[in-house]
Amino acid sequence: MSVLLDKSTRVVVSGVTGSEGTFHTRRNIAYGTNVVAGVTPGKGGQRAVDDKVPVYDTVAEAVLKEDANASLIFVPARFAADSIVEAVDAGCSLVVCITEGIPARDMAEVYPYVRAKGAALIGPNCPGLISPGKANMGIIPGEITGPGPIGLISRSGTLTYQVMYEMFSAGVGQSTCVGIGGDPIVGSNFIDMLARFQADPETEAIVVIGEIGGDEEEKAAAYISANVTKPVTAYIAGFTAPEGKRMGHAGAIVSGSKGTAKAKKETFESYGIRVGTNPTETAELAVKSLG
Amino acid sequence: MDLTEYQGKQVFREFGIPVPDGKPASGPAKAQQIAEKLGGTVVVKAQVKVGGRGKAGGVKLAKTPEETAEVAKQILGMDIKGHKVRQVLIERAGDIAAEYYASFMLDRGAKAYLGMCSAKGGMDIEQVAAEEPEYLAKVHIDPLVGIKQFHLNEMMSFGKIPREHQKAVGGLLEKLYRCFVGADAALVEVNPLVITSAGDAIALDAKVSLDENALYRHPDFAKLVDNRDLPKQERAAKDLGLGNFVALDGYVGVIGNGAGLTMSTLDVVAEAGGKPANFLDIGGGANAEVMANAIGVILSDRKVKSLMVNIFGGITRGDEVAKGILAAIDKLGDVKVPIVVRLDGTNAVEGREILQKANHPKIVPAATMLDAAAKAVELAKKRKAS
Repeated sequence: MSVLLDKSTRVVVSGVTGSEGTFHTRRNIAYGTNVVAGVTPGKGGQRAVDDKVPVYDTVAEAVLKEDANASLIFVPARFAADSIVEAVDAGCSLVVCITEGIPARDMAEVYPYVRAKGAALIGPNCPGLISPGKANMGIIPGEITGPGPIGLISRSGTLTYQVMYEMFSAGVGQSTCVGIGGDPIVGSNFIDMLARFQADPETEAIVVIGEIGGDEEEKAAAYISANVTKPVTAYIAGFTAPEGKRMGHAGAIVSGSKGTAKAKKETFESYGIRVGTNPTETAELAVKSLG
Repeated sequence: MDLTEYQGKQVFREFGIPVPDGKPASGPAKAQQIAEKLGGTVVVKAQVKVGGRGKAGGVKLAKTPEETAEVAKQILGMDIKGHKVRQVLIERAGDIAAEYYASFMLDRGAKAYLGMCSAKGGMDIEQVAAEEPEYLAKVHIDPLVGIKQFHLNEMMSFGKIPREHQKAVGGLLEKLYRCFVGADAALVEVNPLVITSAGDAIALDAKVSLDENALYRHPDFAKLVDNRDLPKQERAAKDLGLGNFVALDGYVGVIGNGAGLTMSTLDVVAEAGGKPANFLDIGGGANAEVMANAIGVILSDRKVKSLMVNIFGGITRGDEVAKGILAAIDKLGDVKVPIVVRLDGTNAVEGREILQKANHPKIVPAATMLDAAAKAVELAKKRKAS
């Protein structure tokens, strides 16, 4: 097994005819992902991505005609919140939004709606998720890793690749890797994913990759201590980040004494969770935690 | 994007929030002119995007237009916590019967809006929260429901706003919420919110921070964008489209792709005993030109003694990165700073080959991220010592 995504997942890609959408859909298909449809309003009836993907005007039609159950979103920021709600209303139980730069108000309004509908939203501003050897939804380079027993959750993109790659170089792959996104409001948090990995029989150990800003890491640490029996290794980026400066991600900002890497590391350690000092050590600790 | 007080008040006016009459000036003569038009006593306020300007002497009363010019002259050019005062706001001084506090912001932890209100206005709200929390109302508002009368009642009642002022304060609070949502703000704060002797509520100060991602919805806000306060290097980076640049005070330059990996790169440089000079995330899919610009910006800082380029290619391709490094060296001519390069991921093999063929004395290949950090720090220290 894996979490959220496997070979049976039927993916519809919003923004499939755009350059980003085409490029990554092609890669996802090559990886083995079951992409059943694409959506671009006004282009219904065409075929996209080397003639492989039927295009519809709406997600609802893609669900009706192709039985799509998961949505992957590449549309520009000003239309992305719309696409998220459209996918949820059409009945997709998984929505992965790669788009960066969505206004915070849009996400503040979309978040409670998606939650109330019971759909799992990953992102926005995220690399997506991959269940190595099975399927890839998003922009994670699939060739750097392979299947294995470790579940990985991260707020970052390339940093995630780094840790995946280091673990795989040490001979250990992953069940699923989820990039939950670097915005202040994202659809799924660490706790949502921890619960899924805890319940997944294929996942034997978990890696949590956090960064400065907010308090999701602190909440995750308390949750792990109370609910997760599998070994967890953590990593936090941003020890050298100054206060009040946004470090690339909209959500990665230290305000006052809140959200520092040091505080997050100490919280994890106070619950007995090992924290790697750099990506390499984190990968090593995770591999060792398998016993 | 933080606004200065007078910009914040422009936004407030658009949403019908009462603010004192006044205008900004960047010279004493203009300040005097504004004071003449306003008549009577005025307040001269330094326009800087930092708190504590009152204590620093950046807010003063002036009784006559001549005095206004003099006071403006004193305040203009002042340095308040590293921020140079380029403008002052000249406002009509009013009578104050009471001072309160009000704000709305996005509470990312609760994933909802947070309204705060307090009878203890005019002081640092974090101090009120720490010392007199019984005077600070914190009320969450579901973004899908929006503000209701009971939210306003809770804010005022838990904030201990006297009953006789609740009608006036409630009216301002509601407009402030409309402004928060309508302007796509991350924060709107009024401290102090004053009640005049006539019983009217006025926003005496304005702190507004806008969501840059939503600026496309507000074309009129383009005039509020002001990069003059940014350090020179950050401005240069912005002009080249390198949005994710932050200047730091160390001597090891850092370029990475992706915010998380770049932050992590700063940390491993520090772990190796060095001090990072900057944060620069070139983002996903950067081509040779972006890479060359990035190197140019970093090497323009003379403090930089070595540069670490840390790329894990996903969408970004290693060959493009390598070409960019060579292009930058070509363009800059005599490069003295060693550039330590670590490439992995998409087309990393091709990238490494390109660099190897170039065989440039200042390009130092590294096998891993930790190896690159160790080399960059060692080389920087050597050059510092010599």
